Amino acid sequence: MKLQTSRGRRFRDRLARAVLTIGALMTFLITVLIIGTLAFDAWDFVRQVTEAEPGLGWKLVVVVLAAFGIAAVVGWLVMRIGGGSTARLGLGLRVLAFVSVVCLGLTIVGGWRMLNRLGTEITEVGWFPRRGLFDMTTVIVGTFMIVLIAMLVAVPLGLGAAVYLSEYANPRVRRTVKPILEVLAGIPSVVLAYFAITFINPNIVVRFFDPPDRAFSMLAAGIAVGVLTVPIIASVTEDALRAVPLSLREASFGLGAQRAQTTFRVVFPAGVSGIVAAMILGISRAIGETMVVAIAAGAVGGALFHFTPLAPGQTMTAAMAGLSFGSDQVAGNAAAFQSLFFIGALLFVMTLGLNVLGDKLVTRVREAY
Amino acid sequence: MNESGDPMTSSSDTAAPESAVISLAPAVHEAATVERATVFATSDLAVYYGDFRAVRDVNLVIRQHEITAFIGPSGCGKSTVLRCFDRMNDLIEGARVEGSLTYHGIDLYGPDVDPVEVRRRIGMVFQKPNPFPKSIYDNLAFGPRLNGIKKKGQLDDIVERSLRRAALWDEVKGRLKASAMSLSGGQQQRLCIARCVAVEPEVILMDEPCSALDPIATARIEELMQEIKADYTIIIVTHNMQQAARVSDRTAFFTTELNPESDRRTGRLVEFDHTTKMFSNPSDERTEMYVTGRFG
Amino acid sequence: MTLTTIDSTGGSAARSVTAGLTKQGIDVRGKVIEGLLIASLAVSLLIIAVLVGDMVQRSWSVWTDRGTDFLSSGLSITDASAAGVWPGIKGTIALMFLVVLLAFPLGIACAIYLEEYAGNSRFARWTRVNVRNLAGVPSVVYGLLGLGIFVKLLNGLGEPGAELQDSGFFLFRWFGNILDWLSGNNGRNVVAGALALSALVLPIIIITTIEALRAVPRAIREGALGVGATQWETIRHHVLPAASPGILTGTVLSLARAAGEAAPILIVGAVTGTLITGNQGLVEQMSGPFTGLPAVIFSYARLPGDDFRAVTAAAALVLLVLVLLMNGFAIWLRNRYERKW
Repeated sequence: MKLQTSRGRRFRDRLARAVLTIGALMTFLITVLIIGTLAFDAWDFVRQVTEAEPGLGWKLVVVVLAAFGIAAVVGWLVMRIGGGSTARLGLGLRVLAFVSVVCLGLTIVGGWRMLNRLGTEITEVGWFPRRGLFDMTTVIVGTFMIVLIAMLVAVPLGLGAAVYLSEYANPRVRRTVKPILEVLAGIPSVVLAYFAITFINPNIVVRFFDPPDRAFSMLAAGIAVGVLTVPIIASVTEDALRAVPLSLREASFGLGAQRAQTTFRVVFPAGVSGIVAAMILGISRAIGETMVVAIAAGAVGGALFHFTPLAPGQTMTAAMAGLSFGSDQVAGNAAAFQSLFFIGALLFVMTLGLNVLGDKLVTRVREAY
Repeated sequence: MNESGDPMTSSSDTAAPESAVISLAPAVHEAATVERATVFATSDLAVYYGDFRAVRDVNLVIRQHEITAFIGPSGCGKSTVLRCFDRMNDLIEGARVEGSLTYHGIDLYGPDVDPVEVRRRIGMVFQKPNPFPKSIYDNLAFGPRLNGIKKKGQLDDIVERSLRRAALWDEVKGRLKASAMSLSGGQQQRLCIARCVAVEPEVILMDEPCSALDPIATARIEELMQEIKADYTIIIVTHNMQQAARVSDRTAFFTTELNPESDRRTGRLVEFDHTTKMFSNPSDERTEMYVTGRFG
Repeated sequence: MTLTTIDSTGGSAARSVTAGLTKQGIDVRGKVIEGLLIASLAVSLLIIAVLVGDMVQRSWSVWTDRGTDFLSSGLSITDASAAGVWPGIKGTIALMFLVVLLAFPLGIACAIYLEEYAGNSRFARWTRVNVRNLAGVPSVVYGLLGLGIFVKLLNGLGEPGAELQDSGFFLFRWFGNILDWLSGNNGRNVVAGALALSALVLPIIIITTIEALRAVPRAIREGALGVGATQWETIRHHVLPAASPGILTGTVLSLARAAGEAAPILIVGAVTGTLITGNQGLVEQMSGPFTGLPAVIFSYARLPGDDFRAVTAAAALVLLVLVLLMNGFAIWLRNRYERKW
């Protein structure tokens, strides 16, 4: 007796498996290609810069080591205070601390003046790719500004909406409102960028403040990025709050607490890792936003180094987008091109760190209940 | 089951095993005298999940057209051993088998053996009924279609035959295109049995098939088992001792042993014999303690 | 009402409990908090309304004056009354078509492999980690990669393509034609844009497909295997059909995302000024300069004047409607066909 299936079936099974394996292999290679290119070109840039300015290489090493050290200390501290259960939180915080310190370090060590190949004399520091001025601090500070403004907008709106939907709203309201919020999540960023310059800037920025440029400002861009971030904060927070078991709320009500007290003293603390995850994912989204800044913050040709949100400005992402026009000029300046890969790699690491941390916290929420 | 293990508790406090012995089906007495052909033979069979040995020392022989029951406390490995017989353990990552398990003399885990064909010949019915989310007809036709039977006439015959075998035909014959999920739990389980039968297996393995069903559905399935015994060989895992006593010809009793080094429990076969003997006069003390309810 | 049980603990406790239970006043603080929460929800919803309303209002003149003409006109950066979005629509459709061709089969195949076949081998683990990490990367990075990898790659196909075209063997010539086509416009063509978008969307497709596959209960697979089906037969006849609503929803949502992305196609070279195609055939057009709706919006948004504001609003409305229709379709799919196990 032969214990075998028909040849045809065996063949089809093996064929399917082979095809699927190839698909996975190709995907793997693509991911390696992407990460590899980023890393390689970024490294190439660092090498070039170190050749030009020798001391800079050592400063970079010091910054990275310091970042690891601070991250390790932060993680260890959190674990000590929180006990074993926050081990994952410690890892996440370590990543976050590392990423923040790297950025801060680059900014501090900074005044990263790329070699001014053209040799023109510029008294102000800034990001002017066409003129060969690449002050990385400018764009990093720009990103931080946008993220700050965006979170100031998105957190109250997103958290508030999520808390209301999860704790107060009746099921009918929830069923009608949630799809509408999902609509907000689907709006393309160019559309919101258009909204920023045609509505937000004239009606909010110019009306209430007195900006130097009547058409573009970081504030308008920041608000628009905030609007884009509301859906992700709202949905992750709402999931986290809904994951908190009903029995906790019932216990609180049973003791005579009001809804607000129950919400903020019982449900919130229980869902805190999900809420933190929402913020982290929101920050990641805000960091990565390009088009809104490229259109509404107005620093197309270049930007000065500044801290004023009312003026036009540039972020890491929009600087990369600046490649799209005048690309021939940039292509001619090879180091400039690679500096953008360096920024791209930096962006990748930042958002990677934040997303890994956010995801770990989200799974923590799911597992806890 | 008397969980407390208190020897002072009278065994008549539990559902009396003595009465179960009396109500054994008459076919069992026949089995005691006729030696049927061997279908499976295991020799020092052991199952490992990674480094952890889940079951060991399984030595038994399954005979044709008999119902063999695996009984024992939870965690003793009866389901694990059952799943060896149709190579379902292959699906679990890190699972491996040591010792030998032969099917009509062929090593079931040999290199030339295709688990797909094994599973056609040795079907399985699971604890929770798992019909496909398709029509009743498609549930039953799936297996035969895979094996090359495409003609509607032939498939119709197979569907009807299988449903009659599973005592389900009369209840569903008017709605074969209805979704299988619309059936009750007991009907779904009989559908799963019919699905098994449709590919003409030799053996049917049943992993606690009645544990998710109500007593009436359970009784019907036990009836069914007796009816189809003549055409198939059945191995049933059950945590219900009385069911084993009612239904089976031979019984294998498993238990767990604490491994002092790893602090984990490994299952093992304790005794395997005719059901009448197992329940009235077992050789091993542990068997006796279990079947009389002195330990759960 | 008297409370007999509390008397023993002391009079003040009894009094405060009685007071709490019989309090007639409104919980001011609670109401204020609730009001704030409702306000934040209302503001969020209001923003959507204002956004859409503003766009409709601003673009009204375009629709009333020109109607569907707007949709079929070409680009113009000088004359607002002649400016349209047709090249953008063409480009976006072409991009989406190519993304479906490139990313979906690959992503779904990879997901099936990872979820159904691969165990915890090192290859599988590394692939999963990489996919997960690339899923949240900003789209602008994919634009940079599109420029640095795909444009360069396609451009590099030009030389071998030209050489093959001179060959005597007809298959080589044919292959050379394809390579030449791919390298059009120095590699900055719609294929490069689609490659960049596909890279963007690939991790998302893989993740949503894996989740859809995971949602199918193990029992179904066991049932099929238990009857003697091969692994592929189980997947093909049971797992995939059961998971397909989820997979479809995920892919449509990814497509909607790809349609709305501006940064990747802009960096790869989407044209922002004018795009003249003349009398070229469709295939020839695709190997030349390209653009997409988001790039068109970007282009118009930077032009001064109220006329162009109206045009921008109209173009943004077109994109918004397209994306919302796709998202709505995906959500409808999910609600109608998703099975709760």
